Amino acid sequence: MNLASKDIRHNLGRFALTTLGVGMLLMVVMGMGGIYRGIVEDATLLIDRVGADLWIIQRNTRGPFAEVSRVPPNLVHRALAVPSVQSAREFVYHTIQREREGKPLRIAVLGLSWPTDKGEWIPLIAGRPLAQNHFEMIADKSLGFRLGETVELGKETYTVVGITTSMISSNGDGIGFFTVTDAQAIQFDTPGEAVRLERASREARGERSEMGLKQPPLLEQAVKPSGELPAIARPQLSAVMVSVSPGTDPNQVADIISGWGDVSVFTQKGQRELLLKGSVEKIRRQIGLFRILLTVIAAIIMALILYTLTLDKIHSIALLKLIGAPNTVILGMIMQQALVLGVLGFGIAYLIGQKVFPMFPRRVILTQVDLSQLAFIVLVISVASSFLGIWKAMRVSPNEALS
Amino acid sequence: MKKSFAIETHDLTKVYGTGNTEVVAMQDASMQVQHGEVVALLGPSGSGKSTFLTAVGLINPPTFGQVFIGGQLTLDGPQARTNLRSFRRRHIGFIFQKSNLIPFLSAIENVQIALELNGETSGTARRRARELLDDLGIGDRADNLPSMLSGGQQQRVAVARALANRPSVILADEPTAALDSHRGRQVMELFAQVAHERGAGVIVVTHDHRALDVFDTIYEMEDGRMFRQG
Repeated sequence: MNLASKDIRHNLGRFALTTLGVGMLLMVVMGMGGIYRGIVEDATLLIDRVGADLWIIQRNTRGPFAEVSRVPPNLVHRALAVPSVQSAREFVYHTIQREREGKPLRIAVLGLSWPTDKGEWIPLIAGRPLAQNHFEMIADKSLGFRLGETVELGKETYTVVGITTSMISSNGDGIGFFTVTDAQAIQFDTPGEAVRLERASREARGERSEMGLKQPPLLEQAVKPSGELPAIARPQLSAVMVSVSPGTDPNQVADIISGWGDVSVFTQKGQRELLLKGSVEKIRRQIGLFRILLTVIAAIIMALILYTLTLDKIHSIALLKLIGAPNTVILGMIMQQALVLGVLGFGIAYLIGQKVFPMFPRRVILTQVDLSQLAFIVLVISVASSFLGIWKAMRVSPNEALS
Repeated sequence: MKKSFAIETHDLTKVYGTGNTEVVAMQDASMQVQHGEVVALLGPSGSGKSTFLTAVGLINPPTFGQVFIGGQLTLDGPQARTNLRSFRRRHIGFIFQKSNLIPFLSAIENVQIALELNGETSGTARRRARELLDDLGIGDRADNLPSMLSGGQQQRVAVARALANRPSVILADEPTAALDSHRGRQVMELFAQVAHERGAGVIVVTHDHRALDVFDTIYEMEDGRMFRQG
């Protein structure tokens, strides 16, 4: 006869509610693990998918994912001149915040190096890659854009030609893919009045300069658009992505480029580690510690629940001892209930989590490894938390059955 | 090893507390119960009857004195001379004033558990439990939980459980308190029948003087001391 199941059946309502509570608690533990995994995944997803062997970034910075990185556009051509470099692409990346339907809309703007990179590597769930140099974008579905929808950014209007999924920045913002030119136009968009003021300021500065005094016709150039002035450089890039020829060790190429004084270079793995140890590290540790805290709290609560369940059965336990039940029978009853509580709680956590986690604003990723680890932890917690109840049960005297 | 008595106690003494708070609940209580003998233990409340019974039942060891069950020394003062719990399971049946049933087990399961703990298979235990409940007239309530049974019905389930393993010793503390006189007498006669047919030694603590004729021997306790009356 299984005493644990008999007791559970007798107190089914209370046990079910208790299990539901434990399940909800475990769901939070599971969710924290999922958020942790989601942050790591989101942070590294772009680096993993974009397929660059090397990232060339501004000297002594941590790259565009961690801080502002500026490199000159001609760096693409310099990189291409390095032996064993198969391709070099421009990379522009920044985050903007606009308003859409009265709500803040944050977009991680990523520039694709047209025409080399049209975004074919981006996993699309609808639409197509970019087909022209301007005014098209591919949007992550978390941004809420519909296919064919037009979006005004800066002075231009962009059409959503593709919808992708799970393309999230390390801050959790959905990524919008544009050509590099459009991404820079969005980044450096300046209001008309500011442009006019800058031109006037430029002219005023020129009038005071020696060059302006000696060659007054040059001042006529100052009022022209920046793009028409040969002396003003093109907008800078965030980084340059390099792919090496097949069979080449990326570290060899990295060694050459690292000798250049104006840039730093990282392999894909290096950039990934840099990102995890940099911008994501604190939140990763914070969530990790919070998860440990929650696990400990879950263990304490489970122990208290099992202790209370044992206290409710003290008379029955004393009676069992009185009629000669060995300790293994009593221990087994408490342990089995603890395991049932843990296993059902885990199941409830998983089932509810499957429904609830997709509603979270950031991705909650439940991996098999994480679930297996948590299942093992729950088993350990269940067994450990039953010790308090078992300790109490072992101290019960059969005399108590007579009181 | 003594084999002539089902139960034999020598000078059982139980002292609670020490110094100024010392209370002697039982003093030099000696009793011999032969196989097949039914003994009544009378006495006012607080006279030490329950203390004696729990000492003989190997639940609450005495401070001094010895307890022999079936000739085997089981308690020598507070020292256990055998595995008490295992010994209780195999040799002693308990019935108490309160029915003391496990609330989450049905009537039949309360009897069945005692048999299973003693090594019976589930099927055999269930058949035997049903027979016992039928014998005691509550077979029709076998599947009811204790909370759905009257006090008398609960007590009969407790009797069935006590008899389940055919114990050589039955200890009953006010077993008929919750029963009407007719059922009370039936239970007393059942004890006598079990004692005579199976050779069990039975000690019944009772206040019910109407059924004293059922008993072979009567002991009385007063202020912790035991006297044989007849």
